[in-house]
Amino acid sequence: MPMTQGTFSFLPDLTDEQIRAQVKYCFDNGWAVNIEYTDDPHPRNTYWEMWDLPMFDLADPAGVITELEACKKVFPNHYIRISAFDSTAGWESLRISFIVNRPKEEPGYHLERNETHGRTVQYTLRPYATQKPAGQRY
Amino acid sequence: MAFSMHAPVQARPEERRQALDDIDLPEGELPGSLAEIYEKSGIPEVFARLDRDLIGLAPVKGRVREIASLLIVDKVRRQLGLTAEPPTLHMSFTGNPGTGKTTVAMRMAQILHQLGYIRTDRLVAVTRDDMVGQYIGHTAPKTKEILKRAMGGVLFIDEAYYLFRPENERDYGAEAIEILLQIMENQRDDLVVVVAGYADKMAKFFTANPGFRSRVAHHIDFPDYGAAELLEIGELMLARQNYRFDAKARAAFADYVKIRMNQPHFANARSIRNALDRARMRQAIRLFQEKDKPLTKESLTTIQEGEIRQSRVFRGGIEGWPEGVPDAQGAGQPGMEK
Repeated sequence: MPMTQGTFSFLPDLTDEQIRAQVKYCFDNGWAVNIEYTDDPHPRNTYWEMWDLPMFDLADPAGVITELEACKKVFPNHYIRISAFDSTAGWESLRISFIVNRPKEEPGYHLERNETHGRTVQYTLRPYATQKPAGQRY
Repeated sequence: MAFSMHAPVQARPEERRQALDDIDLPEGELPGSLAEIYEKSGIPEVFARLDRDLIGLAPVKGRVREIASLLIVDKVRRQLGLTAEPPTLHMSFTGNPGTGKTTVAMRMAQILHQLGYIRTDRLVAVTRDDMVGQYIGHTAPKTKEILKRAMGGVLFIDEAYYLFRPENERDYGAEAIEILLQIMENQRDDLVVVVAGYADKMAKFFTANPGFRSRVAHHIDFPDYGAAELLEIGELMLARQNYRFDAKARAAFADYVKIRMNQPHFANARSIRNALDRARMRQAIRLFQEKDKPLTKESLTTIQEGEIRQSRVFRGGIEGWPEGVPDAQGAGQPGMEK
């Protein structure tokens, strides 16, 4: 089951050209663009590893695409996302974040039901992938 | 380059489509004439501005025109489906200090943008410091950072020969050159590199880095200015700052230029600008000395003969240099600025 997250989560995966256009949009708005990767697909995992440094002061998406290709080469089977940070006073937070690469096989999630007091049930979502240690997941 | 998280908000992509791509040619049909396309491309305005703002430099302007015509023809051929390798656009500008290399590079960026060969008309000007790191492993990220910033536009490397220091084999400059060459070759569509510097040092640099020479397609040499051109440049600079010479001051400045030109450490237009800055200061001092007189717009904008004649140049010295420093090495060589 493919993991979805972020701005275009209901759309099919973006093509290279669409990624380029989105990055261009970010730069035209003066946002700093970041590339992040992870092999832990839990939806609550917000701490992804950062690839290279945040890219600000760029005019053209070519620089980001170059880095993205480099990142894909090293982590072809990881989740990679692009996010853009708006430093304008009042915003100072991410404005956009979308997935640009995913593993070929995504085993999906195990739903665990934990029965507690009375008839209360607590639910836990556990990605099958995280049963293996980090680095051996995909 | 200013370090800033707040990059200026630029026009949306659809607003800055490249001019030449707007000219629709019916598939496989020949356009009327090249003149028509040339007119429509917006290049004539850029050239007109080049002619107006830059005095002299006839050979440079000629070369720029040649490159532009090559690119226009190439563009039309491509639209007709006559495929050819995309032309290599990396350039080398050689010339003495103050001959307008940076200014022409900026115009080049506009021309290439107008022709649709680069996606923005932005020019990122860097020197060795910006590319070469201080310790092992520092250079590659630094150079890549610069290259990424310049992508889509023009990267202008001033005094590029400092990247290569053969006397120190552990110098990190070689690493920067290696990365630069790789990008120049593999991402020709993304980046145009212009290297600039003094002619003799650039020649040495190219001999030592044959890979560089073969990747740079256009070599443009910037000649020194003549006395008349320098006078004209001076007047243009003054006019831009809302000053002017009176008749006598103009004659005095012509004399000044003639003497200064033959002195060492002469940096063409840059020396002229410095001389004018000093003249402006002397004018302010004069206005203060006669501060009881009523001020007029006339007196505030006019530079008089005295302001020029006070210069040390007329007494055998060099302005901006400590008095009594004889010029032991490099006398009369405009290339020795430092």
